[in-house]
Amino acid sequence: MTDLTVSQTPTAQKLLHEMLFIRLVEETIAARYAEQEMRCPIHLSVGQEAAAVGVCQALRPADRVFSTHRCHAHYLAKGGDLRPMLAEIYGKAAGCIGGRGGSMHLTDPEKGMIASVPIVASSIPLAVGSALADRIDGADRVSVAFFGDASVEEGVFHESANFASLNKLPVLFVCENNLYSVYTPLAQRQPARPLAEVVSGHAMKVLSADGNDVEAVLRASLEAAEHARSGKGPVFLVFNTYRWREHCGPNFDNQLGYRTEAEYLEWRARDPIECLKSKLASSGDLDERDLQKTQEEMQREIDDAFEFARAAPLPDPSQASQFVYA
Amino acid sequence: MSTAISELRTISTGDAIREGLTEVAIKNPSVIFFAEGVADPSSVYGTIAGLSKHIGKERIIEMPVAENALTGVAIGAAMVGKRPVLSFHRVEFALLAMEQIVNNAAKAHYISRGRHRVPLVIRLVVGRGWGQGPEHSQSLETMFALVPGLKVVMPTYPRDAKGMAVAAVEDDNPVIMIEHRWCHYARGQVPSGYYAEALDGPRAVHEGKDLTIVSSSYMTLEAVRAAEQLEKLGYSATVFDLRVVRPLILDRVFASVARTGRLMTVDTGFRKFGIGAEIVSETVVNCYDALKAAPVRIGLPDHPTPSSRGLIPGIYPDAARILREAGTELCVDQDRIEAAVAELEVQRKGLPIDVPDPFFKGPF
Repeated sequence: MTDLTVSQTPTAQKLLHEMLFIRLVEETIAARYAEQEMRCPIHLSVGQEAAAVGVCQALRPADRVFSTHRCHAHYLAKGGDLRPMLAEIYGKAAGCIGGRGGSMHLTDPEKGMIASVPIVASSIPLAVGSALADRIDGADRVSVAFFGDASVEEGVFHESANFASLNKLPVLFVCENNLYSVYTPLAQRQPARPLAEVVSGHAMKVLSADGNDVEAVLRASLEAAEHARSGKGPVFLVFNTYRWREHCGPNFDNQLGYRTEAEYLEWRARDPIECLKSKLASSGDLDERDLQKTQEEMQREIDDAFEFARAAPLPDPSQASQFVYA
Repeated sequence: MSTAISELRTISTGDAIREGLTEVAIKNPSVIFFAEGVADPSSVYGTIAGLSKHIGKERIIEMPVAENALTGVAIGAAMVGKRPVLSFHRVEFALLAMEQIVNNAAKAHYISRGRHRVPLVIRLVVGRGWGQGPEHSQSLETMFALVPGLKVVMPTYPRDAKGMAVAAVEDDNPVIMIEHRWCHYARGQVPSGYYAEALDGPRAVHEGKDLTIVSSSYMTLEAVRAAEQLEKLGYSATVFDLRVVRPLILDRVFASVARTGRLMTVDTGFRKFGIGAEIVSETVVNCYDALKAAPVRIGLPDHPTPSSRGLIPGIYPDAARILREAGTELCVDQDRIEAAVAELEVQRKGLPIDVPDPFFKGPF
């Protein structure tokens, strides 16, 4: 893939390709996970690609992204390289951080993917600190904290929101509400009220959009980025979406009974990729044959990257004690 | 010491820290400050007072009462090039920030295979006296020292404190700087101008041949006092001010124990699982053949520290206890030790147990 971040508003075609690429990467991870060569926990974003792509396509290359355990889509959407990502998941020396973090810590600072932290809400204040540094330096940059619906239950989210709002820092707080924290539904964790109202006491701009409509996510994110960049303060973005597969691992788990098959099918019917394809088809902008060709090219690139990662050497054990201190 | 010394003045450790932080902030525009009440009339016991006369207000950041997030904010700023200095009025407030300290500050460099650096200083103050009570007086340095990736320093003397504050800010790693409130009052000669003291391990502050004492922070002042009394009895002790808890560098201690054959540790924190436990363990392994007696550890007893001055006698180690333990270690006649202890008590002139002893005046 070429650089995934652009300065102009991307075309629908571009959005589609971005989502498709992430989907194919993660479906391939799921398909090959049983080989037991990717020996680290994985948290797939299948079904949630629109949020990652819509937000990151609204950003500039120099903008900074901070993510969570579920970071594959954010990493790729921000322009992170596929081979170092897969090598990291395979635990190889060629991994983006040399096999030190695995799937939950994907990092590519040159592309603005600064850090992924798998403790819920832990990376949110890092994004605020990045924005504070930019404010002090007068830098024209936006920092983004991606997180899930459970993060707003953490005190550190509210502490971060309070400070960012107080100082009108250029931060986008992006809440991807996939309705569950592991197996526990939102209704068992939070009172019945729109998630967007969570920050009403923090005096910041709130925008929400259908998290499975990538164009709607992009529009909201462009507005948010402009607001934050122009010094008007942080924005809280809420995108409702749905994780198709299990919280951690490659499988589907609806048989466990924590959510219904009907609910899953309802969201499945709102697949962000299929939705955009239908929309493009209805306006006569979808070339099925061309898309098929693109998909095949993507899959070849992905398969090559998997082969690279699988065949790459493991890091030397002596590396384990390196980089404790700068 | 990195630069020429222009002038020596006698000032307190608290003022020396302020000077060091001010000097390094003037020199390096990346240095930023966070504290609750960062520019209030107290300014963290005066240790960060007057900064706005020297640096821009945008670098002096008022910290909402949100320790975990603001520690994370400082870490995030450090990851993109700032050198934040966070000051907490008590160690205990940092417990709210342990998640950020342990997961992000300590590990960002490691996880990123060296791509990220976290040049961050977190200053924590240990309270003592005037009824501070169980949650305003804890010396929890070993909780931080447990974590690879953190540096933990405990300056004692004014000259050292200024230079170590500068070195901590210059360091590219997260440095937890634990300051004992009673050390803030200790006075000594301090050079003016900019200088750094290397964070390179213990320093001998008193020389002797019969016993090696390793003490940290305020306890060093008590240990030196005990060592001076011991000399009147014809024995001598080398006292090391530990200075740096992590990385723990004990070569100088091993060399000393090889000569004296005896080791005593004195902590400001708990005796059990304290720094002393680690020092004794390492020393026994390294100097087993040289030891003439079992090492002795002194520290706080195995319970919280209550508020009332009626409850604290015997809780805090002092020069008298160090002297008595040294006497046992060296098989000194008990009557002679008790006479030396009585002399110490006369020197205190009936000062209450819960206020700092003005004995600790420089030049150190």
